[in-house]
Amino acid sequence: MTEKEALLSYCLRRGDDNLILSHRLGDWCGHGPQLEEDIALTNRALDLIGQARNYLQYAAEVEGKGKTEDDLAYLRNERQFVNTKLVEQPNGDYAHTICRSFLYDAWHLPLQQALTKSTDERIAAIAGKAVKEVTYHLRTSSEWMIRFGDGTEESHKRAQTALDTLWTFTGDLFEQDDVHQLMVSVGVAPDLATIKISFDATIDNVLSEATLERPADAFMASGGRQGKHGEHMGFVLAEMQYLQRAYPGAQW
Amino acid sequence: MSENPNNWPLWEIFIQSKRGLDHKHVGSLHATDAQMAIENARDVYTRRQEGNSIWVVPASAITASNHDDGGMLFDPADDKTYRHPTFYQMPGGAKYI
Repeated sequence: MTEKEALLSYCLRRGDDNLILSHRLGDWCGHGPQLEEDIALTNRALDLIGQARNYLQYAAEVEGKGKTEDDLAYLRNERQFVNTKLVEQPNGDYAHTICRSFLYDAWHLPLQQALTKSTDERIAAIAGKAVKEVTYHLRTSSEWMIRFGDGTEESHKRAQTALDTLWTFTGDLFEQDDVHQLMVSVGVAPDLATIKISFDATIDNVLSEATLERPADAFMASGGRQGKHGEHMGFVLAEMQYLQRAYPGAQW
Repeated sequence: MSENPNNWPLWEIFIQSKRGLDHKHVGSLHATDAQMAIENARDVYTRRQEGNSIWVVPASAITASNHDDGGMLFDPADDKTYRHPTFYQMPGGAKYI
C-alpha cells in the first residue's frame, strides 16, 4: 500500500471514532439525568463532531476524488467505516455511557497529545485544537467514574458492570496493523505501545480512587479497523444516514 | 427545610468576562459538589465566550434582604442628594468606574 492510502485510512479511523461516538452521545440529548449534565454531555458530543469534521475533511482531500466530509460521513456503508468497536456499543444506562467515554478518553488524550508532534502538519494542527477539548473530556469522565464507583451500592454495581462489559472493546485501540505501522515509520502517528502506558496509568489511578476493579485482560474484540463491525453498526448508520439517503443532497 | 435527597444543591454562578472586571451573577444551576458546579457552569454559562473566570457559591451561603423591608432599607436614601458625587467631571475615556 502507498503512503497516501495509509494516510487516508488513518484519517478515516480518527474521523470515524469521533463521528460514531458523537452520534451515540447525541442520543442522550433531552434525556440526560439532569439538565446541566444533559448540556455538558451534548457539549462533549459537539466537540467530537468538530474533530470528526476536521479529520474527514482532510481524508476527503487526501483521497482526491472530489468528495466532501459529508459524503464520507453519510454515504459510506458499514464495511467502509473503520472506527473502533468501542464507540459503536449501545449507550445503556448512564454509568455505561460514561464508562465507554472514560475508556475512550483515557486513550484518546495521550493519542492526540502525541499527534501534536506528527510530521503531518495538518494532523498536528487538528490535534493541537483537540487536545484542549479532550483534556476536559477525560477530566469529566474520570470524575463521573469516581462518583459512580465510590458512590452508592447501586452506582458502584452499575459502574463495575459497565467496565466488565466494555473492557473487551479496548483491545483494538492498540492494534498496530500495516496501515498504522506505515504511519509510525514516517512519523505521522505514534507507537501505540507508548499510548498504552499512559492509558494504563490513567485507568489504574481513576479506578483505584473509584474503588472499581480493573477487569482481567481476556478475549479482545477486533475487526473494527478493517470494517468488520458488530451487530449495532447497521442500526447506528441507519439512523445517522437516513436523511441524506432519503433526500440526497438535501441542504438547509 | 425538608429536602428530597435526590435533589442536587443549588449554586449561584458568577462569570468574569475580562480580567480586572467584576464577576457578574448570570444564573444558577444544580450540582452535587463545587467541582461539578464549576464544570456545569462552564458548560451552561460559558458556551458563547461569555467569560474566562467562574465563581460558584452554594445558594444556601447567600442571605438576601427581605423584600418587605425595602421601604425601610432603601427609601431614606432618595432625598439625600448631598451623598451623590454630582459635582465631579468624569474624565473622558474612563469606562469602568
